[in-house]
Amino acid sequence: MTALLERPMKTATPTHAAPPLDAQTTETAPPVPPSLADEEMVLEVRDFCLWYGAKQALFDLSLKFPKGKVTALIGPSGCGKSTLIRSINRLNDLIDSVRYSGDMLLNGASIFGKTVDVIELRKRTGMVFQKTNPFPMSIYENVIYSLRIDGENRKSILDETVERSLQRAALWDEVKDRLNESALQMSGGQQQRLCIARAIAAEPEVLLMDEPCSALDPIATGKVEELIYQLRGLYSVIIVTHNMQQAARVSDYTAFFYLGQLIEYDATDKIFTNPGKKQTEDYVTGRFG
Amino acid sequence: MERHFDQELAKLKEELLRMASLADAAVANALKALVQRDNALAEQVHVGDDVIDKLDVEIDDRAIKLLALRQPTASDLRFITMAMTISGELERIADQAVNIAHRALELNKEPLLKPLIDIPRMAETARGMIREALDAFVYNQPDRARAVINRDNDVDNINRQLHRELTSFMIEDPHTITRCLSLMSVAHNLERIADHATNIAEEVIYICEGRDIRHQPTTP
Repeated sequence: MTALLERPMKTATPTHAAPPLDAQTTETAPPVPPSLADEEMVLEVRDFCLWYGAKQALFDLSLKFPKGKVTALIGPSGCGKSTLIRSINRLNDLIDSVRYSGDMLLNGASIFGKTVDVIELRKRTGMVFQKTNPFPMSIYENVIYSLRIDGENRKSILDETVERSLQRAALWDEVKDRLNESALQMSGGQQQRLCIARAIAAEPEVLLMDEPCSALDPIATGKVEELIYQLRGLYSVIIVTHNMQQAARVSDYTAFFYLGQLIEYDATDKIFTNPGKKQTEDYVTGRFG
Repeated sequence: MERHFDQELAKLKEELLRMASLADAAVANALKALVQRDNALAEQVHVGDDVIDKLDVEIDDRAIKLLALRQPTASDLRFITMAMTISGELERIADQAVNIAHRALELNKEPLLKPLIDIPRMAETARGMIREALDAFVYNQPDRARAVINRDNDVDNINRQLHRELTSFMIEDPHTITRCLSLMSVAHNLERIADHATNIAEEVIYICEGRDIRHQPTTP
């Protein structure tokens, strides 16, 4: 398969080889572990490599993400999990030194194709960040932002989207009487759920979450986790988290990364009760990382 | 990386091994009380059971705190949950020893029915199984645990043979019925002890390999 590159490679081969890994890491996990065999897939990553300048951050990643399920990406700092999730909506395109090879297929179509509109892609791949980022406008306008971009002005559709998205984000009851107030007046936890509501208003094919709770207090974290749990079935969620217990609580499947490689990918209960690789075991038990 | 948590796990293991050695000693003493017709020793087994019961509660308490405070995963999680189960098995082994001690007190009131051969043999096998299962636990050796499971049949066989023998005694001479029933009960207690040792072995395999082999038609 030829690599589809939006951004031309600046050098033909990486100047830095992969960092030396012990014997265990050289054997990477299969893209679809047996426990995922019955799942319908929404996103496929194929032989994906990424470099920041001369430094290679991701090494030949191949894995498939299931539809309607929550998949957690875990691993120590610098393992590439955020880089991977930011590649899915092509946020890394904004960094000049980044080059990549390989491909990603969202519902069967490459996200790096020449005809792909990046703005459109980012609607299909909603993203929620570590730091809450409500826009400086009303709660109502925040939710329907993507519809406004599309030129949707029919009030009935907008009202319906606002209510449905806020309901699904478990925020409706708290804000239904103040939809026209500024989103910036909300608490941190509410702002994060608003960001989730805004992302799901666009009916994304995958919902990407990069450390969505790390800036929240335990109560707000609990609410967001409960929300992620409830989004399964409706949305395909990929969540990056440093908090292993969070991965265990909210996800169906867990992928463990180390030094830019996929080490193990399996059902979450398997990863947390009986991982197949020693490195995964050492990481989830807190022996390293 | 050595974790502070590892010390807490080591403490749990230490308590479990202390309990195991007390349970094993209880079985040994109950048998000695029976074979040597030693009533004082039988009483001692009964009294000593309190210590084992307390350890069972302490181990569960320690394990529950570790689960709540450490949110263990993978092998840590398997070890802690199985420590709770193993302490339950050891507590019941000790209870069976107390039952044997009670039967010894009854049998010691009457003349010896016959020299005891099979029962000490059964007891040795059952105690060997407990010790092997615990060694498999200490040294993380699932193969040793598998060997323990295979020995359960030996104990079952001796038990059946003893039943046949005691039944024929009772048929020949009804005056022996009370003593025969007590001996059958001892054999049954020993058979249960071997079952608990087998359970511990299965739990050790789960700790080591994460595979639950209980209730399967053939042991792998």
